Amino acid sequence: MKDQQDYIQDIAEIRSMMERSSKFLSLSGWAGIIAGMAALAGAGIAHFAMEFRPDEILYPYPDLTTLIWLSLGVLVVALVGAIFDSYRKAGKRDEKAWNPTSRKMLSSMSVPLFAGGFLIVILISRSLLGLIAPLTLLFYGLSLFNAGFYTVKEVRIMGLFQMLLGLLNLTYIEFGLLFWALGFGLVHILYGIFMHLRYER
Amino acid sequence: MKISFDDLHKAFESRVRLGIMSALAVNDALDFTALKEFLNVTDGNLATHIKKLEKEDFVEVQKSFIDNKPNTRYSMTPEGRKAFNDYLNVMEQIINTQK
Repeated sequence: MKDQQDYIQDIAEIRSMMERSSKFLSLSGWAGIIAGMAALAGAGIAHFAMEFRPDEILYPYPDLTTLIWLSLGVLVVALVGAIFDSYRKAGKRDEKAWNPTSRKMLSSMSVPLFAGGFLIVILISRSLLGLIAPLTLLFYGLSLFNAGFYTVKEVRIMGLFQMLLGLLNLTYIEFGLLFWALGFGLVHILYGIFMHLRYER
Repeated sequence: MKISFDDLHKAFESRVRLGIMSALAVNDALDFTALKEFLNVTDGNLATHIKKLEKEDFVEVQKSFIDNKPNTRYSMTPEGRKAFNDYLNVMEQIINTQK
């Protein structure tokens, strides 16, 4: 027969296995902070250096190529930050970053992301640039909300914030990139700091 | 069929088997590699423990081919779920009475 200590150990083991096999936990606050800073830098460059200030839905902009390269740059920095951070944290937890849970999380994220991505391409081709910031916020929020089923619940809350900002931005198109900078920049950084303080100290 | 406490203890005395059941309790189905990564055990070790759970009818196997490669997925049977829940209840009782 096992004694009480064994059962307590068993229960700890069961709890940890259920959590590890259903939720992706190898993502730290740093990924959020890096993504947020990249977004703020990108929004700053677009607004101040490139004078990209969409204030109406139909907003033709001459230098689309540079703008697309800038957004891809921001995306790459954020993605590399998240991937690097996941591998680092998974290694620390003696787990693999690429496991069934992370695959499930990514596939649930990818559906709204791809739908949003195609929509953005169509908007660009029609010069409807004023809709890009609110709709990227909305679709990104949906994608985070979905991903939150397979990771910490804070990600779902962050998704709700992004959706809310997206909808506000749709009502106030004239604010241009401000809501976008708040969502992709500030919300990411606040999420990162919160996660860091809550789970990593 | 009524499962006795002794049988439950025997089926779940190993942490690896307990781990397999815990992971299958929250996932519809998992393949061999996934289980191995979650549990951090060798192929042989995992195979032995899965065999044992299969023999108890706690775990079922679906064999299929993905891109011509054999793929084996494991899932929990209703009996397995019941046994797992019973075991959790037993543990709860034991811990409560000894408090």
